[in-house]
Amino acid sequence: MEIPKIIGAGLVVIGVGIGIGNIGKGAMEAIGRQPDATGKIQTVMLIAAALVEGIGFAALFAV
Amino acid sequence: MLKNTHYISFFLILFGILPISANETKEPSSENRDKKSEIKEYILHHLQDSHDFNLLSYTNNEGKKIHIGLPLPVILWDEGLKIFSSSKLHHGESVAHVGKNYYKLEHNKIYKTNSEGLIKYDESHHPTNIAPLDFSLTKGVVSIIFTSIIMFFLFKGLADSYKKNNLVANGIGRFFEPIVLYVRDEIAIPNIGEKYYKNYMSYLLTLFFFIWFLNILGLTPLGINVTGNIAVTSCLALITFLITNLTAKKVYWKHIFWMPGVPLPMKIALAPIELLGVMIKPFALMIRLYANISAGHIVLMSLISLIFIFRNWLGSSLSFILAFSISIIEILVAVLQAYIFTVLSALYFGFAVEEHDHEEQDH
Repeated sequence: MEIPKIIGAGLVVIGVGIGIGNIGKGAMEAIGRQPDATGKIQTVMLIAAALVEGIGFAALFAV
Repeated sequence: MLKNTHYISFFLILFGILPISANETKEPSSENRDKKSEIKEYILHHLQDSHDFNLLSYTNNEGKKIHIGLPLPVILWDEGLKIFSSSKLHHGESVAHVGKNYYKLEHNKIYKTNSEGLIKYDESHHPTNIAPLDFSLTKGVVSIIFTSIIMFFLFKGLADSYKKNNLVANGIGRFFEPIVLYVRDEIAIPNIGEKYYKNYMSYLLTLFFFIWFLNILGLTPLGINVTGNIAVTSCLALITFLITNLTAKKVYWKHIFWMPGVPLPMKIALAPIELLGVMIKPFALMIRLYANISAGHIVLMSLISLIFIFRNWLGSSLSFILAFSISIIEILVAVLQAYIFTVLSALYFGFAVEEHDHEEQDH
């Protein structure tokens, strides 16, 4: 349980949080501009979020 | 709308009262240390595959551990086929005597030992006994067979009902018809294209429902963890990798190694990166599914153990409500991970069968 490992894992989580938050922000702005395309935007948002989350699991290898 | 939220909060509070049975009147401090290692062992044991269905186990009054469950056959190849019931292994406590050989479980692997069950360790604390080839029907294997049988009868019934019922689905399969159409219209056709999508449809459908059903099975109290096992996800990713590369057209390889429309120094620099990409994409598929599902299970089990760490009314009920909410999220994650795996596989198949339609841009 060394300190650099814990700090590294924390940084990864911050990165994933910022990433998925930005994806959500972009999705909501797009839906606000064109509410008809909500289905497609939602689909693409979920795909992008899952990809970013996939990188986030690198944090598990640190601990 | 007001009434619906009232129902939900009523049930949440009702469930919150249930963990009162976790109260007990023993001293807390000396038990805490034992409990932490017991909880760790419980979580690790759940994440691994095991040779029997262990539904329930408790320590009775004489201090003896009683296990209630279903033992599964153990099939070993050790210069000859040896088949015996896993109840002889007694969850790693006893040595199984089969014919002339003795076998013992150590960290969920079977090793060949002598009659006292001696296991020799090397410097890094790994056992150095011979481990015979293990083809047993473990929990995971039985769940996969069970899921395949359910999927087969479900979709065969759906397909047959079209003939009998004049092109309208009838029966339980009705629920899955829109999902099958969704996989075809929103996943396969946009990514692979009208011309070739039919070749890949059966694999994509199997993948989607297989991963979805196994994820949901993992959330039941039976303690089956199949997609959280890296061996299973690596096989799924391997099959996607093989299908992509074996059914790829020449254009696909051309795009990887000798990209058209790019200056020569960049072509040579980009080729190894693209080659790495061919390996990394299925690897990421494997890690994504494995990490998502096992992380979900670990979080869920830790929260459930929290119920037993807080031995008072308030802590246990709050932990229970938290664990309940996390299980609801895990159901969403089950569908989402199946969907993501399928979409990305379809995307890679689309790259493989792309038509070369931008010749005109080369100069």
